[in-house]
Amino acid sequence: MKMTDIDILSDRKRQINKAGTEGLAMECEKHSLAGAVSQRACVFCGSRVVLYPVTDALHLIHGPIGCAAYTWDIRGALSSGPQLHRMSFSTDLREMDVIHGGENKLYKSLIELIDKYNPKAAFVYSTCVVGVIGDDVASVCARVKREKGIPVIAVHSEGFKGSKKDGYKAACDALLNLVGTLPVDTIPRLSVNILGDFNIAGESWIIKNYYEKMGIRVVSTITGDARVKDIMQAHGASLNIVQCSGSMTWLAQQMESNYGIPYIRASYFGIEDTAKALYDVADFFDDPELTDRARKLVRCEVEKVIPQIKRYSEALRGKKAAVYVGGAFKAFSLIKSLRMLNMDTVVVGSQTGNKSDYEVLKAMCNKGTIIVDDANTLELARFILEKDVDLFIGGVKERPIAYKLGVGFCDHNHERKIALAGFEGMVNFSREVFNTVTSPVWKFVPRRQTKKEVYFD
Amino acid sequence: MLLRHTSEKIQERKALTINPAKTCQPIGAMYAALGIHGCMPHSHGSQGCCSYHRSTLTRHYKEPVMSGTSSFTEGASVFGGQANLVQAIDNLFTIYDPQVIAVHTTCLSETIGDDIPQIVSKAKDSGKVPEGKHVIHCNTPSYVGSHVTGYANMVKAMVTYFAQNSGDKNETINLICGWVEPSDMREIKRLSQMLNTQIILFPDTSNVLDAPQTGKLQFYPKGGTTVDQLTKAGDSKYSIGLGKFSTEDAAKEMDSRCGVPFSVLDVPIGLSATDRFIMEMAKVTGNKIPDEITDERGRLVDMITDMQQYLYGKRVALWGDPDTIIPLTEFLVDLEMKPVYIVSGTPGKYFEKRITEIAGDRVEGLKVKGGSCADMFLMHQWIKNEPVDLLIGNTYGKYIARDEDIPLLRMGFPIMDRVGHSCFPRVGYNGSMRILEGILGCLMDRLDRDAPEESFELVM
Repeated sequence: MKMTDIDILSDRKRQINKAGTEGLAMECEKHSLAGAVSQRACVFCGSRVVLYPVTDALHLIHGPIGCAAYTWDIRGALSSGPQLHRMSFSTDLREMDVIHGGENKLYKSLIELIDKYNPKAAFVYSTCVVGVIGDDVASVCARVKREKGIPVIAVHSEGFKGSKKDGYKAACDALLNLVGTLPVDTIPRLSVNILGDFNIAGESWIIKNYYEKMGIRVVSTITGDARVKDIMQAHGASLNIVQCSGSMTWLAQQMESNYGIPYIRASYFGIEDTAKALYDVADFFDDPELTDRARKLVRCEVEKVIPQIKRYSEALRGKKAAVYVGGAFKAFSLIKSLRMLNMDTVVVGSQTGNKSDYEVLKAMCNKGTIIVDDANTLELARFILEKDVDLFIGGVKERPIAYKLGVGFCDHNHERKIALAGFEGMVNFSREVFNTVTSPVWKFVPRRQTKKEVYFD
Repeated sequence: MLLRHTSEKIQERKALTINPAKTCQPIGAMYAALGIHGCMPHSHGSQGCCSYHRSTLTRHYKEPVMSGTSSFTEGASVFGGQANLVQAIDNLFTIYDPQVIAVHTTCLSETIGDDIPQIVSKAKDSGKVPEGKHVIHCNTPSYVGSHVTGYANMVKAMVTYFAQNSGDKNETINLICGWVEPSDMREIKRLSQMLNTQIILFPDTSNVLDAPQTGKLQFYPKGGTTVDQLTKAGDSKYSIGLGKFSTEDAAKEMDSRCGVPFSVLDVPIGLSATDRFIMEMAKVTGNKIPDEITDERGRLVDMITDMQQYLYGKRVALWGDPDTIIPLTEFLVDLEMKPVYIVSGTPGKYFEKRITEIAGDRVEGLKVKGGSCADMFLMHQWIKNEPVDLLIGNTYGKYIARDEDIPLLRMGFPIMDRVGHSCFPRVGYNGSMRILEGILGCLMDRLDRDAPEESFELVM
């Protein structure tokens, strides 16, 4: 079959757009089409990945074994202390539990676990089947909380209730049970919470370090390398800085209305956005000394990294990239970072973007860039070939698609092993992009070798 | 260290599974379905299940894994998933053009009671299934069995939906393959060819999940058992199921539908199990065992004799799927090693019984557990109480390996942190040599690492 013969599913036509074209508004935030082979996941997945890095909490998955098995230590969210979050605990519901209800089993499991591990709090995740059989998870949690004296929080994450994004909200709601439950007298005015970074490859540590260098106390990191106690005191901070907007905006909004803590959005991917985040925080506190410290920090870091990036960006000039990530906000930063490497983003998409996100993407991309919401394998492959890209940035399911087509790949999701955030992250990112794009292996891939017209089978 | 959370004191657990040694049915059904040529697996439930299964298979095989999902929402879980599945069938045939859609259920669609055959016939009636294309299905609620059971169910569905007895029997042997790697399936085909035997191997994931780099993304790579082969399998002379847990149901189904007699053997891992496989093939075909195979066997036995001194008495802990663990245990016993701790999350009494039969009086202090609460946590507790020299199992053993400083040989599913498992076989005599090489490599590396200066030697 020839590339150009492949149709886009007609129901999805309005979820694909091009920069620089007038006309139809982008459709998004729709349920995925059945049978479209979407790259998206479910509510439980969203809750689990967001709460995952709370390292001294117990995470018990109430449901059949699969949901626990697949989320056992998959996030790579590093901890500077406790490792309890990396264990996989499940009620492993069996047929009889589904018939008679699993509340008793849940209760026993919680008691056994709390006695064994003395966690600081427990999160109990409801899965699809629990939603259907109607176990009263909240009341079991309340009972265990009374008996054991620690917060035991029901996470309403039944998979079918929507997509991953709805799971983020359920996670935020769960966290709101903790926020505001400890006194905050000792927290200084120059203090923030870092929201929406998950400490993959130690990224939260990099970011935290910047603020501390500026003289700002980081009260809690939610949820990268998080501790229950810090989250309980998070309402003592003066400002919330939200990175992953998709997951954490709801928490920030609630904290604003409940505790009067304002929030700003930030991104730490790329030099431009990292610097902007630090300046924005300094501006918020309206303190000339703080601004001065931010300026010094940025100047010092930029001077260090620019020369290192330069040699990669020379080699990458004119190369083309496709970006398909979870949240749209990350896509903005990636486009800017790629620009700094002299690369052109010719395809960009997200799993969870909203209308205004896509408007921003349309405005910031060059004419002709394909913009896509909730893409599937077929579309992604088609775009890679159509635009003849040199680099694909995505997650685990996208990696082999890129490789099979003879295209370099950079993981910007759970599976990154090196930190890509902050100034030093930009150096790592440049190096990784350079290495994969210029890898000699592509010379041996038939398609890239011959540059003939491309075909699908 | 991650597993400092593990305590030595073993308490009876009733409700809780910690660090499971299994996962759920649908991923097995998805893997088996990929062994049909031109097949698109389809997950009838929430899209998270499908996403997790695809991710896990992708991490293990490093290959693109395609599968549809019915993308259940709250509406579907209240009113049933019929509309979703009909739409999915329509979309999949229209855009992805598979020969077969292999539907498996999830705990959600099972609990609300969706009747898949009824929905599929509805799709057929409304013209959503093109002429000559097929939709097959199996039921795989996640709260029953394990991923192995899911695999078995889909393999059985292949027989139920396709196998036909035309009345014209032939000399072909059906090899119904348990859950092994694509490389193992290729090796089984090679051995059959050496035995001069016409076979139909199903499922067959070779050339599907180890597809070569061609610069093309092939949605349906050239491998996989064809629908035509599956249909003709009903005319075969005999069926051999390899792996009781994953193939016995299918072999029985083939017999009762098409009158093909069968036997069920262990997966040919190790010396004895491979011997039985080769002998059985020779017996049912009447063919002579060629010298080349005898030579392969001889090379394995030769390696064992050469290396005995490093093997005997070494204590080993194993975990994973019963069909792999059973012959592996036997192989270790044949090597005079001591497989002392064995767990498999897959339920089924036969597992513990068979392991005890094989290892029983030859392995002192044998601990074996299958099914509920047979998990990696229990395994770790056993090891903490009395250590072993070697671990053999999937990726999840790496925590124990690190915490207890014990070498780990990766084998089984999933392996997410190494390569080779999908490329180099571990079945047959050659595959067993590779296992032995792996075991010796682990043990000797360890000896070298720990040897004091005065006993560190060049030759081993």
